[in-house]
Amino acid sequence: MNFLQQALSYIFTAANWGGPAGLTVRILEHLQYTAVALFFSALIAIPIGMIIGHTGRGTFLVVGGVNALRALPTLGVLLLGVLLWGLGLVPPTVALMLLGIPPMLAGTYSGIANVDRAVVDAARSMGMTESRVLLRVEVPNALPLILGGVRTAALQIVATATVAAYASLGGLGRYLIDGIKVRQFYLALVGALVVTVLALILDAALAFAVWLSEPGTDRFRKMPQPFLGDEVALEGASTSRSDGLSRGDHEARGPSPTV
Amino acid sequence: MRYLFTHLDDAWDLTLIHLWLSLLPLVLGLVIAVPLGALVQRTTVLRRFTTVIASIVFTIPSLALFVVLPLIIPTRILDQANVIVALTLYTVALLVRAVPEALDAVPPAVLDAATAVGYKPLTRIVKVELPLAIPVLVASLRVVAVTNISMVSVGSVIGIGGLGTWFTEGYQADKSDQIIAGIVAIFVLAIVVDTLIMVGGKFATPWVRSAKKTKAGAR
Repeated sequence: MNFLQQALSYIFTAANWGGPAGLTVRILEHLQYTAVALFFSALIAIPIGMIIGHTGRGTFLVVGGVNALRALPTLGVLLLGVLLWGLGLVPPTVALMLLGIPPMLAGTYSGIANVDRAVVDAARSMGMTESRVLLRVEVPNALPLILGGVRTAALQIVATATVAAYASLGGLGRYLIDGIKVRQFYLALVGALVVTVLALILDAALAFAVWLSEPGTDRFRKMPQPFLGDEVALEGASTSRSDGLSRGDHEARGPSPTV
Repeated sequence: MRYLFTHLDDAWDLTLIHLWLSLLPLVLGLVIAVPLGALVQRTTVLRRFTTVIASIVFTIPSLALFVVLPLIIPTRILDQANVIVALTLYTVALLVRAVPEALDAVPPAVLDAATAVGYKPLTRIVKVELPLAIPVLVASLRVVAVTNISMVSVGSVIGIGGLGTWFTEGYQADKSDQIIAGIVAIFVLAIVVDTLIMVGGKFATPWVRSAKKTKAGAR
């Protein structure tokens, strides 16, 4: 526990927060890698997920692609990227995108594909064009699951962005790598602690965003109603067995006490 | 790619280490998470608690965990055990959320029927609920297995990483060929293990296939 004390006293010393290699700079660098990787993963994953979910074509692409991307080792891709493209923001971004794309793709796809068919048909029969059906009806309804995917992606990326330091980049991984190199293991612990706290804060913020995105008054109705499976159903829906669940979910909510 | 074919012996040895480092945690995690998950399934408070703890564990970066573990448990700093314990923690964190969800997916009517024919709670869980939960469980097991296999390579930064060793070696020697060989080997390994678990799951649940057939026939 000596290490822990050393690490904590390092974190709680103001002098370690300033300067060009201080905690503040490292945290900002770390958040920068995370944000850039998250942005580009979303740019790729969300439109593809939307199109596949809407048309129902190419579902195998989601399943296969998600699995294949997961199987690619981040560290290998990062180091290869550094050798190919040199140091800079590109290698860690590409490597972290491999982590960000799968959950967002899966979340977007299952969110769109599981929007109540009756709602989609109603929108169509009112004369909405396909793109309006997608953007004005399906996306708002799927938003909790889409943001759920973003949440998982953000969590993975922020936790893994430490690897960037191994390729002589900044970020909180510096403390880990340097700590190991100079055998000052309390420094490594500093990195680990700060990353964990950062990840928890980010996760909580995105969890709040997911809750806010519940369409209509659902989020308020949900609170007082201790409907056990409710919360799990939302999360479970992203793992592809949503079909039966969302139906049960819908039925359970049909005769709700507010009516 | 040529590197892979000229170093097949190395590749085989490293693959074995890699498999050991990634699959032992999978088995250990399963052994811990299934009883734990079944235990907390019915108690809302405990379930919330485990979910929160599990997501906290999951936010700890793998590299950090590899390094920090020796400070907490009595292992040496560059020891295989660190990687195994760390990955076991991740496995448990993922599965302990999946097991209750898998058990939730068992239809209540089946549970009532099992109780009615005289199953005691414990035997009901083992003989009725867990087998019916296999499909959902297999789905999360596949994710865990693939994640573990890719994560073991991070251990190479602290000198333990199976096939990940090729990443750090290749990087230091500026040999992109070696890194590509490592990526390909790990990718193939992950896909093979993933497929094996999927096939194993299908064999363990023959009723799923026959149920699908009858459904299709009814239509």
